[in-house]
Amino acid sequence: MSARDTILGKLRAAPRSAPVEADVAAYYAGTEKLVGLTALKHWAALMRAVRTEVLWVRESDWPQTLAEEVATRGVRTLLLAPSTAHGARAAAALAELAEPPLRLGFDRPIDGWKATLFNTVDAAFTRVRAGIALTGSLIAWPGQDEPRTMSLVPPIHFALFDTRTLHPDFFSAMSTENWAAGMPTNALLISGPSKTSDIQQTVAYGAHGPRELVVLAVVPDDIDLADLEADA
Amino acid sequence: MNEATLTYYPSRDFKANARAALADSNLRQSFRGAMDFLMGKRAAQFPDAHELAELRKLGESIRQKSLARLPELLERLEAKLNENGVTVHWAETTEEANAIIHGLIAAKGGKLAVKGKSMVSEETELNHYLEARGVTAIESDMGEYIVQLAGEKPSHIIMPAIHKTRADIAKLFSEHIPDTPYTEDVDALIQIGRQALRQMYVTADVGVSGVNFAIAETGTLCLVENEGNGRMCTTVPDMHIAITGIEKVIEKLADVVPLYSLLTRSATGQPVTTYFNMISSPRREGEMDGPREVHLVLLDNGRSQAYSDEQLRKTLQCIRCGACMNHCPVYTRIGGHAYGTVYPGPIGQIISPHMLGLENTVDLPTASSLCGACGEVCPVKIPIPEMLMRLREESVRDPHEKVAHPLRGQGAGVDREVKLAWRLWSGVYSKPGAYRFFGWAATRLRGLTPRHQLGWTQNHVPMKPAPKTLHELMRERRKETAR
Ligand code: SF4
Repeated sequence: MSARDTILGKLRAAPRSAPVEADVAAYYAGTEKLVGLTALKHWAALMRAVRTEVLWVRESDWPQTLAEEVATRGVRTLLLAPSTAHGARAAAALAELAEPPLRLGFDRPIDGWKATLFNTVDAAFTRVRAGIALTGSLIAWPGQDEPRTMSLVPPIHFALFDTRTLHPDFFSAMSTENWAAGMPTNALLISGPSKTSDIQQTVAYGAHGPRELVVLAVVPDDIDLADLEADA
Repeated sequence: MNEATLTYYPSRDFKANARAALADSNLRQSFRGAMDFLMGKRAAQFPDAHELAELRKLGESIRQKSLARLPELLERLEAKLNENGVTVHWAETTEEANAIIHGLIAAKGGKLAVKGKSMVSEETELNHYLEARGVTAIESDMGEYIVQLAGEKPSHIIMPAIHKTRADIAKLFSEHIPDTPYTEDVDALIQIGRQALRQMYVTADVGVSGVNFAIAETGTLCLVENEGNGRMCTTVPDMHIAITGIEKVIEKLADVVPLYSLLTRSATGQPVTTYFNMISSPRREGEMDGPREVHLVLLDNGRSQAYSDEQLRKTLQCIRCGACMNHCPVYTRIGGHAYGTVYPGPIGQIISPHMLGLENTVDLPTASSLCGACGEVCPVKIPIPEMLMRLREESVRDPHEKVAHPLRGQGAGVDREVKLAWRLWSGVYSKPGAYRFFGWAATRLRGLTPRHQLGWTQNHVPMKPAPKTLHELMRERRKETAR
């Protein structure tokens, strides 16, 4: 008999336990939801608490902010997805810099250039799918244009986040977007740059992944940016 | 690294280990400090007692619901993973699991494996197995990397190197990592570790990881982590092998939400971890990275024994948060290594007897004051003290007694002298004449009571019978009131 059959056989031979109810939807329907400005402020406070840089930007000017941040950090090689609309806008803004960084697209499988990716790329720019207010998280579904390693390997990750996609909590995100109908190869929640507390419980950032996470949080025009920082 | 330091010693040495640990004041101090820190952080995450109670109830019911349908869910998980392109393997024993993993690596001609944190691979002693067959396995979680360099084993399931001081780590790094100066600066130490491990991801043939939750509905493997090393291991090498216990499956994708919240808040007092990684398939057509092959090894290793008994089945509800050990007065004083098992503390005391048999773990269920702290903090409400009592009972059950679900090592704790003492005791207490004579003799001969009474007198004054029995005192009092 195979290990599979033996294990399943043993489990099936065990007494059946009484059926148990676990209504996750009902539980989350009963929890208080963060909305509007409060949600956005809460999200930003939690992200900043884990050393994420949150920059409030408008749809019209985020490429400019990105370019400034790239320049400030002295990024020499940046990975982005020029085939996407946001990637193309970013590339154009970066080209305007006095000393523009080398802009690379992830246009071939990782296998041929792993070492280059690890050793020479300083930063990557990607768009995230959504955010979660309650826990201060970003949701990423890496794909063909923006593969998994873009938000992982380069020391700096610039993330473009449309704040209109902010969900109150993880359950709302998952159910509203109906994730159960089809998951991507890899879905991801990101809350801050990589960190560890493995040495005497002291937090240190940049353990393996990005040392810096910079979020360009695109705010709709009807929200006053000053309000976002008030009492923050 | 030598074999002796890598192999777990049977926990029948527990008492000697505990004595040695108690005598080590540095160790006691560092565990005390670390546990106080973790307890405080957890408490701060649950300011609302009502919310905590409701969430724990939900967590418990999700785990119980999943276990109630475990065989079906495992089959569903397998079918869904297969559909997604992930290959599923089953292993009854640790040896089988190791052989499967080695076989997969060998088929690729692999020589280097990078590992994310996985307690199940500690159970199987995978590194050692691979090493002996020419495959180098490097731990990439900082804490695991530190204990691997030291040739030790983790002493906590969440914080593997909690027993090490900054100075210990500085010394280890400067001695083992080429061109590394001695520094006790934590940021610098982490950067040294980062640099040492980074090139491993580039060159590794395979990445090995554990699994925190396996979702049957979507065929998704979830990994909870802060460092990003888990993401590296499961993304960069061409093959990803995940290994997990058969109990980790849950039914629905939505079930993961409250469990994840309970896990991170109970474990390290964080609202969430830096990464929550959900992997559902190998690299798909057109994708530029991710492993081309993903495998999942499902390990039994005694879990089906726990499953076969409805009470003991609750052991399998565990989501490995480590809160029970952080709050355990015994663990706090002796640290994780004294248990001699992969899983220390309260969870180790109830799961290890299934993995190693009661013959090797007989002292573990007794290493508890039964204060109830473990059961009170467990986010999925495992009644750990009840389990400990049950395992104590099984360890002194007659090894020949026929029971519905015999445990490996049943009766391992039977002690002839103790048995004889209890037989005498019950003989005396069940016959009025014998009882009266015993009481009379014990009170009159109290002067002969020994000054040393086994372990009792280590911390207490010797027990001595009263000059008169209770019955005699009552008789005297009645006479006085009648006068
Ligand atoms: S038994 Fe409970 S408290 Fe202990 S590790 Fe498991 S889930 Fe956490």
